[in-house]
Amino acid sequence: MSVLIRNARAEADDYGELPDGANEAGPTRRVIVPLERWQAERESLLSRFDAVGVRLLNTTDLPTVWEHIADRPLIELDFPTFGDGRAYSQARLLRERYGFTGEIRARGKAVVRDHMLSMTRAGINSFVLRDDQIAEVCLAALNDFDLAYQHAVDALPIVAKMRRRAQPTSAEKQVDAAARE
Amino acid sequence: MYKYDSYDQKLVDERVAQYRDQTQRFLAGEIPDDEFRALRLRNGLYIQRFAPMLRISIPYGLLASRQLRMLGHIARTYDKGFGHFTTRQNMQFHWPKLEQVPDILAELATVQMHSIQTSGNCIRNVTSDHLAGVAHDELVDPRPYCEIARQWATFHPEFNWLPRKFKLAFSATTGDRAATRTHDIGIHIVRNERGELGYTMYVGGGLGRMPMLGHKIRDFLPELDLLSYLEAILRIYNRLGRRDNIHRARIKVLVKETGPEKFAEMVEAEWEQIRHGELRLQQTDIDIIKSHFDQHAYDRNAVNDRSYEACLATDPAFSAFVKRNVRLHREDGYRIVFASLKPVGGVTGDISAEQLDVMADLADRYSFDEARVTHDQNIVLGDVRKEDVYTVWKTLAEHGLATPNIGLLTDLICCPGLDYCSLANAGSIGVSQDIADRFESLDYLYDIGEIKIKMSGCMNGCGHHSVGHIGILGVDKHGEEWYQVTLGGSAENDASLGDRTGPAISRADIAAAIERIIGVYMDERRSEDETFLECYRRVGMPPFKARIYAAEEVPA
Repeated sequence: MSVLIRNARAEADDYGELPDGANEAGPTRRVIVPLERWQAERESLLSRFDAVGVRLLNTTDLPTVWEHIADRPLIELDFPTFGDGRAYSQARLLRERYGFTGEIRARGKAVVRDHMLSMTRAGINSFVLRDDQIAEVCLAALNDFDLAYQHAVDALPIVAKMRRRAQPTSAEKQVDAAARE
Repeated sequence: MYKYDSYDQKLVDERVAQYRDQTQRFLAGEIPDDEFRALRLRNGLYIQRFAPMLRISIPYGLLASRQLRMLGHIARTYDKGFGHFTTRQNMQFHWPKLEQVPDILAELATVQMHSIQTSGNCIRNVTSDHLAGVAHDELVDPRPYCEIARQWATFHPEFNWLPRKFKLAFSATTGDRAATRTHDIGIHIVRNERGELGYTMYVGGGLGRMPMLGHKIRDFLPELDLLSYLEAILRIYNRLGRRDNIHRARIKVLVKETGPEKFAEMVEAEWEQIRHGELRLQQTDIDIIKSHFDQHAYDRNAVNDRSYEACLATDPAFSAFVKRNVRLHREDGYRIVFASLKPVGGVTGDISAEQLDVMADLADRYSFDEARVTHDQNIVLGDVRKEDVYTVWKTLAEHGLATPNIGLLTDLICCPGLDYCSLANAGSIGVSQDIADRFESLDYLYDIGEIKIKMSGCMNGCGHHSVGHIGILGVDKHGEEWYQVTLGGSAENDASLGDRTGPAISRADIAAAIERIIGVYMDERRSEDETFLECYRRVGMPPFKARIYAAEEVPA
């Protein structure tokens, strides 16, 4: 059973799989289905489950599907190999361009300690850890850095902004100049 | 020199701690080999043919004297007393132990150095003109812009797992010394007709097995829009760059397959969405970065020195050195001095710990504590007063750093080749030595004049063979080392890719073939002023081909 980290805490997964062709997911009332199935069976899925999340491929072009997934409570992104970073761009676009506020979940071979911080920075807030991963070790990754050079989706302090704040304001410069004269 | 503030320092220190933890987890068996490989590459550590290799970042080639001393210390303590400067203005050590690399990185961090993103499929070291800040033909100093791009690229959360490596280069001069059009993104800093500062953007250049020159996708990008535009390019590449075939994964293939015009439209559309957002620079941001760079207080009286001219008149060896290794400085009282890392019989780009210390001392005493690494694998002291050039030369000469061959045939650039690199098909260092041996006479070298020979031990093209006036590429043929020769390449403003001469040439015959090529040039050139490249462009391949493959001594 994979471990789920959500909002920086290990939690029980309240979503279940709905296998291809199956109509029931056992006792669970919340399921994640591939985009195609969601588009094909939207009304039927909504009538049978409390919540339906949608799984995207990392090749899915967001502008063409956004209107179909905008109201979903959860979007799952795919990291099929350790080094395939396409879904990083999807996560940032979902948060920054489309303003998606629901759960963005990462699943796949790259969902390990050493991807956790950048995934978080890109806007992913839930992680189906790969089977060999330990939750406490992965959570520690979120503290690897206390600041960052780039603006992103998370709350790390941004170096350029701190530098701007440390600059004297023009009023201060005038006072300083006056004092020197 | 760019000086770190507490933020820069903290990020580098935190990176060392992160990598130390990754190394420990790897050694404890908690990270699979192939995944640790991706992590260590992002910290510059390769596992090479005989030993690990650590590549240390030297942003835009600029080094402080205390950094040179630290490199000497690392060469002595962790290596065999040598380091190797690369064609990307970085430094490589070939024998560090995997377990010790976190300690090396911690030592580097104490002098504001690191090995972040010097390998792996991410944004690599940003390179620029090795004469930045002192060149006559410079619009502005490109280094603050390089630094702004470097900071944006460092630990970028979205672009750390790209299809392939990604390289940026900046140039701000009429003569491009940074080979910008052979980079994934080449950035020319320019002024538009209204006098505003900005950038001309080239995308999709690259060497390796499919050499291509970058396509211009924008004539003028305003100064404050640099990062949003870079982000737009990288986002398109991260999404659409090919990941099914490593040989087709560079952005040059995406640009070619999409078509440069269509690619430019995609970039513009993405940029339109983000150009007014957080990535738009403020003038303050640029001013702050500029204020991190030392301003040199030039001595206006330096121009009054007459001893320099006197030494030139009386000492022919000094005069020969100045002719080849010294360039004019923007300040009349100063000169730019090249130390050559291409001694006859030596290994291209190699430097000993003692030589690193010597360069540190010279930089301290005579050049505002700074030195620069060139992408031709030499070292430059950028700001030497005229009256000090003679003393500097004497010291360089004592330590084997004053070979007067900058820009000449024996100043060839060369990758580590089969001797060190696990990717290489063929040796390159031995070949470069054989070639140098055939042109031992300096008089003959001067007669030949400016020529760039570039050699790579494999298709990956670390030696930039495709843009050499003469390019040499090592290939493997039935387990033997053979060499494919190209003529007419250039990495400068008149950038072009070399043409193949014909079938590959054997290890035994390659040096002789180069000698014949030079012989054809000497016979065909109109005057001493016609360079090899100009001559080749005028007469074309036939006379060269005829002589290279004519006699039995160089069988095809």
